[in-house]
Amino acid sequence: MHESGDVKIPIGPQHPALKEPESFLISLRGEKITASSVRLGYNHRGIEKACEARSYTQCLYLIERICGICSHSHSTCFAQGVEEVAGIEIPSRAKYMRTLIAELERIHSHLLWLGVAGHEIGFDTLLMYTWRDREVVMDLLATLTGNRVNYGINTIGGVRRDINAKQKEEVLKAMDLLEDRTKYYIDLAQNETTLLKRLKGVGVLSHDDAQKLDAVGPTARASGIERDVRKDDPYAAYAELDFKVISVNTCDVYGRTLVRLGELMESFSLVRQVIAKIPDGPIAVKVLRKIPAGEAVSRYEAPRGEDLHYIRSNGTEKPDRVKVRAPTLANIQSVSKMLEDRYLADMPIVIAAIDPCFSCTDRLVALRDAKSKEKNTVAWETIRLNGIHWHKHRGVDFTSLNKRLLKTFNA
Amino acid sequence: MNEENIKQELVDKFAYLKDMLIIKRKGRIFAQVPLDKFEEVFVYVVKQMHFLALSAITGLDRGDGFEVIYHLNKEGKVLLNLSVLLNKENPEVKSVISYCPSADLYERELMDLLGIKVIGLAPGHRYPLTDDWPKGEYPLRKDWKGHSHLEAQNA
Repeated sequence: MHESGDVKIPIGPQHPALKEPESFLISLRGEKITASSVRLGYNHRGIEKACEARSYTQCLYLIERICGICSHSHSTCFAQGVEEVAGIEIPSRAKYMRTLIAELERIHSHLLWLGVAGHEIGFDTLLMYTWRDREVVMDLLATLTGNRVNYGINTIGGVRRDINAKQKEEVLKAMDLLEDRTKYYIDLAQNETTLLKRLKGVGVLSHDDAQKLDAVGPTARASGIERDVRKDDPYAAYAELDFKVISVNTCDVYGRTLVRLGELMESFSLVRQVIAKIPDGPIAVKVLRKIPAGEAVSRYEAPRGEDLHYIRSNGTEKPDRVKVRAPTLANIQSVSKMLEDRYLADMPIVIAAIDPCFSCTDRLVALRDAKSKEKNTVAWETIRLNGIHWHKHRGVDFTSLNKRLLKTFNA
Repeated sequence: MNEENIKQELVDKFAYLKDMLIIKRKGRIFAQVPLDKFEEVFVYVVKQMHFLALSAITGLDRGDGFEVIYHLNKEGKVLLNLSVLLNKENPEVKSVISYCPSADLYERELMDLLGIKVIGLAPGHRYPLTDDWPKGEYPLRKDWKGHSHLEAQNA
């Protein structure tokens, strides 16, 4: 409860410390937070309503754009739900493909989170390192799906792209490199004083509170709740794969870091298993445009936790109702608890620790000449090289660093 | 406890659920509960059967009335979906926030997007619509075609 004697500070909806619009009202006594409340909804785009006026295939693309990081999570969750209502079993190869992209997405998301966490505690070197490494998996996703962010790989009834032998090799090579890097980050998390001092005992969410407030994903698992949809309610190919659910009992931001790092290691192993086990066969089945009347609740373990979609069909080619409960909505309610009696300076990292979803998607493919108005399609690699050249020209050169990295990778 | 046991326990306790309860597949139970019996079933399910986590609340417009579905889960494994039907003229449900603290945002969503009255929910920020959203406009209702408030603003 906000009390009258305390200083009240509004943070947001537009604020340098927040990466997307949301509004916090913080009551302070000295430097300590006595109460906090959150107002959401600034990103409400009416997607659920828009789905009611679109065909299932159109909805799939719209839903993929709910989030710029876990786009595959939403599109798979929706596709699974529709397939369940329609009573369709997708081919085994498609299930493995979905799993592959899902785990690559988890890797990119967790590396991104690690960087953001580093940034929020003033450890920007970590941000630079992890985001550089994240490019490896982003390039991989682009090779496999054609896109860096909204992959467009799913379709109702399967996936749209297959994987070939050369791509499999690339995936395995990248996993080795990333595993090596992640081991370094795990060592860092266990021994680097900056991280230990800044993260331990911060943003505490007790086991009971996490249970009471229905926290999900790494937030819950860092409070000792061993819950993972991939294990509890297996979808795609997870029932046939071997992996551990990572959980710790520290209940703080440090624990959330350890859980995500542990999950990265599990993801590398899952990707390798998928590459080794992926069966031959078709990647999709044909699905009629009209989906029979019915309802389904689809669940999916997104990088941030359980994603839940409710789909009701009325027998036409458009859904009657689509409800989306993204993991951040389940976790945001725990934030007030985590902030209680903490210092104001901890607020950015505590909020970042649940990994709220930011939109991060920007990619240039068509350039227009300002004078001639002529359109040029430029390959992603060319843009990258242009960027490297641009920085080199201004004295920022990563050549030797890249060489060193390559050496570690080849060793 | 598997799905059949859950079904059996519920039907034994509440005979009127006999034909309203369906096991759709492993981990998915759907049950339609009469509105006047909803609270007793909900409390029993949460307190006695330990469906402690509320995953979400879905509201929807059926045309002739509304439906509210409570997605409860037990240790993350079994999802029990309890639904109630509300009339079109005066749709209202009781808040479940005293049993499930996480219900807050989901219940505010029912109020904002469908205009369902939630009795017993403490006043607070609205969610998810803007503070200046016009009164009586509920976007998830099927008869809402949008833009009427924008037209009024521009007129």
